[in-house]
Amino acid sequence: MNSVTAQPSLRFDGIKPIHGDECTIKSNRPVNGEYRLMVLAASSKLLDCEPGQFFHLLCPVTGDLHPYLRRPMSIYGYYPDAGELHFLYKVTGEGTSALATLNPGDTLNVLGPLGRGFDILPRWTNLLLVARGVGLATLAPLALKARRLNRRLTAICSARSEDVLMSLDYFRSLDVDVIAVTDADGTSNVDHLRFIIERLIREDGIDAMYTCGSNRILNLLQAVGKTHDIPGQIALEQQMACGIGMCQCCVRAFTRNGAIVNERVCREGPVFDLQEAIGC
Amino acid sequence: MLNLETQIGSLTLKNPIMPASGTFSEELAQVFDLELIGAHVTKTITRQKRSGNPTPRVCEVRGSMLNSIGIPSKGVEAFKTHVIPFYRQYDAPLIVSISADTADEFAWLCEEISVPGVDAVEVNISCPNIEEDGKAFAMRPSTTEAVIRKLRSATDLPLWAKLTPNTGETIDVAKSAEAAGADALVVSNTLLAMAIDITTRRPKLGNLMGGLSGPAFKPIALRMAYQCAKSVTIPVIGCGGISTVEDVVEYLIAGATAVQVGTATFIEPQIMVRMVDQLEAYLNAQGLTDIRQLIGSVEDGEASDGLVFMEAAP
Ligand SMILES: Cc1cc2nc3c(=O)[nH]c(=O)nc-3n(C[C@H](O)[C@H](O)[C@H](O)COP(=O)(O)OP(=O)(O)OC[C@H]3O[C@@H](n4cnc5c(N)ncnc54)[C@H](O)[C@@H]3O)c2cc1C
Ligand SMILES: Cc1cc2nc3c(=O)[nH]c(=O)nc-3n(C[C@H](O)[C@H](O)[C@H](O)COP(=O)(O)O)c2cc1C
Ligand code: FES
Repeated sequence: MNSVTAQPSLRFDGIKPIHGDECTIKSNRPVNGEYRLMVLAASSKLLDCEPGQFFHLLCPVTGDLHPYLRRPMSIYGYYPDAGELHFLYKVTGEGTSALATLNPGDTLNVLGPLGRGFDILPRWTNLLLVARGVGLATLAPLALKARRLNRRLTAICSARSEDVLMSLDYFRSLDVDVIAVTDADGTSNVDHLRFIIERLIREDGIDAMYTCGSNRILNLLQAVGKTHDIPGQIALEQQMACGIGMCQCCVRAFTRNGAIVNERVCREGPVFDLQEAIGC
Repeated sequence: MLNLETQIGSLTLKNPIMPASGTFSEELAQVFDLELIGAHVTKTITRQKRSGNPTPRVCEVRGSMLNSIGIPSKGVEAFKTHVIPFYRQYDAPLIVSISADTADEFAWLCEEISVPGVDAVEVNISCPNIEEDGKAFAMRPSTTEAVIRKLRSATDLPLWAKLTPNTGETIDVAKSAEAAGADALVVSNTLLAMAIDITTRRPKLGNLMGGLSGPAFKPIALRMAYQCAKSVTIPVIGCGGISTVEDVVEYLIAGATAVQVGTATFIEPQIMVRMVDQLEAYLNAQGLTDIRQLIGSVEDGEASDGLVFMEAAP
């Protein structure tokens, strides 16, 4: 498939263009038993990204695998200097299995950057990120941005067991305070998480909370946010077809001003206000 | 000089490639210059605000997809204030798709959106008619004729009737739409279909069933476009499964005057622009100068009407 031929029109006020491009795979390796890291060589126009945004990937048709629609994938890392775009993904079905077959030198058609990313408002100095499983992929680039903006960041990373905890070194290298919790050692339950978060609030104060994915964590952070009046944002998932706002297949329900509203995860999201989100 | 221009009744399109309703929106302007395609066709709207169907609203089937989006709509007022002005920036004609549960509401909405900036109204008569047990208007010649007549008297704009493949009376429906005053036919909407997850045994769509679109659907829609082009004199706009320039050419040969591209835009958002370029290249390579040399040029020989208008597989 060709890359873009026509330039986007600039008649869409204040909104950046979306690019479709063919990228070469630099590497695509397992990072543990469950997740893989894919590094693509990407042109600079693709790398004008915000943490929390995503790309829509055209997974290859190969062997018995016939993915048809694109697959949404969070930006795990974007490095304009190195010309690299990183994805951290879990192989779950046809599309991600097909992604896993790509070798260095192969190409992948990507579309993006898409959606609305995380905000770091000027008055938010102490940030807390709570990530579970692959949610980490979505939250990791926040660490880089927080550092660039000189904000203090604490990351609570949760996983089933020690061996599938990811990115701890990555976070530490960015001066993030990392707190690792696992199901295996019984530290990841909601009561313990709440205890840790309450302590952080008492000791250092928290101005904003970020999370992704897990319903348990969503409920917990909503409760903590209400009690202590701390704002937050959550990145949500929903099945997508177009990824850019045309088809309306990716809607989810939110509560706003006492009413239920439907918004498109690909467009108004994937990052939403923590208190407005409804778990599934 | 190559000519890609095509005529849909009184409307001239600078090329025959336009989007299908529901697979296009203002957001695509972030991907390419919307001026480059033949026309703009908006997602079907209804009179009132509606929220659409439960999720999951799409699923894939080998090389194609099903959808049960329904018609979530912000209502006609929001459409008039936000959407029409956006498209007025472009010279490409704006085609507004509308739908309603009853013929009277259809006519009301049609009149309501016949405003400056709108160049034609596409009437999605493939949607359920609540006065006929939810059967789509376009499933039967009689209900098609009745609704198109009301619509005809509601507007002076060109009326495009969008047909459904969920009928065994394609030709009679097409003729009824023409007789009642439609200016063009769009052939067609999606085909009712289903997919089940064999592990959970649950239907893959929240709405149980949905419409098949994409390459797997093309031979069906192409057959219908061909039959319609053979039975009416108004232009037929081919729609269904188009994903390559060869598909475009095939529809033109079958008798379509223009085409709509739907699902393929989800896979490659800039595909319509690429098809315009490739259509030009195709004409050049074939030594042709005008797309009219393709339209309706199918070599179906001396096929009898019995064959052309067949409504059963042999
Ligand atoms: C904004 C966004 C960011 C994401 N970021 C990541 C990431 O960084 N790393 C990662 O591993 N996964 C991520 N996901 C989930 C990822 O998109 C799915 O795991 C993937 O689409 C599964 O495809 P499949 O063909 O392998 O699975 P299948 O189950 O075979 O997929 C069938 C269909 O369901 C859709 N689907 C299945 N699971 C999901 C899901 N969780 N979310 C949305 N659609 C789904 C697929 O896209 C496909 O259309 C993200 C999802 C969204 C919406
Ligand atoms: C997600 C989706 C939404 C659609 N919404 C509408 C709609 O609102 N109104 C309509 O007339 N057709 C709608 N359609 C049907 C398309 O306009 C088109 O007729 C059909 O998809 C066949 O073309 P394709 O195979 O190129 O997609 C929709 C199709 C899809 C896939
Ligand atoms: S995926 Fe099409 S609107 Fe969000």
